[in-house]
Amino acid sequence: MTAVRISIDPVACEAYGYCAELLPEAIVLDEWGYPIVDGAPLPADLVALARRAVRDCPKRAITLTKKSAH
Amino acid sequence: MNSTVFWYVTRASGIVALVLLTLTMVLGLTTTARARARNWPGFAHQELHRRISMMSMVFLAIHILTSILDTYVHIGWAAILVPFTSSYSRFWVGMGTVAVDLMAAVFVSSLLRPRMKPGTWRGIHWLAYGCWPVALAHTFGLGTDSGEPWVIALGVVCILAVGGALLWRVRVTTRRAEGISVASESTPVGRHLVTSSTKGARRGQ
Amino acid sequence: MGNDVSQAPPRSAVHHLLGHPIDLAGHVDAHGPLVVAMGHHDQWQRALTASLESSGLTGRGGGGFPSAAKLAMASAHGHGGTLVVNAMEGEPASDKDKVLLSRAPHLVLDGAQFLAAMCRARRIVVCIPVGRDGVAAGVEHAMRERSAARYTRVSELVVRPPDRFVAGEESALVSWIDDQRALPVFRPDKGTPLRIGKRPVLLHNAETLAHIALIARHGPEGFLARGLVEEPGTSLVTLSGAVAQPGVVEVDRGTPLWEIARRATPVEPAQALLVGGYGGNWVGPEHFDTPYASISLRTIGASAGVGVIAVLGEQSCGVAETARIARYLAGQSSGQCGPCVLGLPAIADDLALLARGQADRGLMARLARRLGEVNGRGACRHPDGAVSLVRSALAVFGPDVAAHDRGEPCAHWRKPSSLPFPQLIAL
Repeated sequence: MTAVRISIDPVACEAYGYCAELLPEAIVLDEWGYPIVDGAPLPADLVALARRAVRDCPKRAITLTKKSAH
Repeated sequence: MNSTVFWYVTRASGIVALVLLTLTMVLGLTTTARARARNWPGFAHQELHRRISMMSMVFLAIHILTSILDTYVHIGWAAILVPFTSSYSRFWVGMGTVAVDLMAAVFVSSLLRPRMKPGTWRGIHWLAYGCWPVALAHTFGLGTDSGEPWVIALGVVCILAVGGALLWRVRVTTRRAEGISVASESTPVGRHLVTSSTKGARRGQ
Repeated sequence: MGNDVSQAPPRSAVHHLLGHPIDLAGHVDAHGPLVVAMGHHDQWQRALTASLESSGLTGRGGGGFPSAAKLAMASAHGHGGTLVVNAMEGEPASDKDKVLLSRAPHLVLDGAQFLAAMCRARRIVVCIPVGRDGVAAGVEHAMRERSAARYTRVSELVVRPPDRFVAGEESALVSWIDDQRALPVFRPDKGTPLRIGKRPVLLHNAETLAHIALIARHGPEGFLARGLVEEPGTSLVTLSGAVAQPGVVEVDRGTPLWEIARRATPVEPAQALLVGGYGGNWVGPEHFDTPYASISLRTIGASAGVGVIAVLGEQSCGVAETARIARYLAGQSSGQCGPCVLGLPAIADDLALLARGQADRGLMARLARRLGEVNGRGACRHPDGAVSLVRSALAVFGPDVAAHDRGEPCAHWRKPSSLPFPQLIAL
């Protein structure tokens, strides 16, 4: 099972917060509304929601990676 | 097929497309970071904006197809994309074509978004602002149903809706530029210059 | 060694960067002519790489990456690229690159020529920030000497990016050279090469290149003869703070921190040393004898960073100085990433309250949370450096911090700062 991880481009992100709405189990917002991700692999049942978050981000700041973490 | 059916369908689908386009505009204008209603999920707003724009294109397609297939007035196939080439009501049909061209540009750019610079995509998307008034002008300029009171009422509602959303958007953006933090926890020195884009906001300090 | 890299017999057995002739004629006299690509290019390249590898040279721009390895990776990325000499030195407490370029420009440029030949780069670009016009003029003069004497193989030019802290960051500099925007780029995989268009960009700190110039000419023995076995060679360090003779010195790697600091003649007993720069760490007196070497510094949670050691005297307030540094760093954010743009000023606010003795009850917990949240969430290392500095302050100045938190600040917090800043930092 390939590990899917969330990656956020901090330059593009502008704290719309849609990703945190869709994935509260994996993404928490800091006090200024920016997402905090822990880099852990996503549980399989959240991957579909994660893809939705990728599509919905108005700034295309969130992507999914399949590589293993360094 | 009976020409009259095409005639009715083209007018009806045109009105529906306009209403859906108006709704798309309102949803697009009200998509801003941080300034959101409490119980309205932002991702749903975004998805609604996309899906309604797709629906409006479906009705637009029906509108275009039936208007060409209708033999009562002649609008050639070229007029779908090339403005001001129809023999019937050249100018106002041409306006419709311009609206279609703009919508097509927005649609294609969104498909190709991963391949282009964010600034380019944004610029093209702003063309959508031009698309709506042109579509509105086309609707009322052609005059087919624009005398009907309910159509006028609909037009007024559309204008008010987009106008209101535009005013709201401008107000939110200027408030933010004046340093009023909208949703973040206030710190004593929380008046940071945060514009709608943080890019370059603190350069040269 | 199979293929001897140096042409002339070594003129100077001792490896050192400062104290050489500035002009080209004197330089050639001291080190011999610039000779690159002896025999077959591959052979020469392998010999030079072997030389660098056995020297154990690591980058002097803050990263500390082994130069031979960095070079090997770069050679694999194609020809015709640009070699960037990073002399941006955005750190206000650092002067070493400025001094080096003023006193040994030909060494730096020679190092660039060697690397450019290795990687078949087609041009050398020296980045000197706006505001250092004297240094730029000196380097341009040296370049004119070189082209007049037909001394160089690859073309050299000076560019003047804006004088901003994060402009020193690799991707920001490359992005500026490419299209004049000095902003860091999100690079999740730092192993992929920087590029301008399709061509690779090789970026090295000015001091690193000077070391390379000597090693390429004289072999690694001179470098290996200084410093430690595990970490050989010398480094330039800028000394500042509560000292009578601030400035740049060249030290052997592994010299104990306090011995280095002594060379600037501290004027009073020191309560802490700032090591590595404003994004580095405070070090307490119990660690003053730590050798100035990456391995040793790492064991106390510090790093050599950009070659800065500042002395904090007893008559200063560590909390206040940290608050000023945090305020400075917050102002240097490039403004691209929310956690940095918003988080660093918030942290600076908390520290200012602490310094003035006006901490509210939740301040320490809030500060700790914010430090954790800001760390690692920018596109570049700028916020990480700030977090590292503040955390070290909380550890080293523990008793002081507690007193300030209780509303009993020390008397010294109002004193003007003993650290260098480009503008006045108010608390």
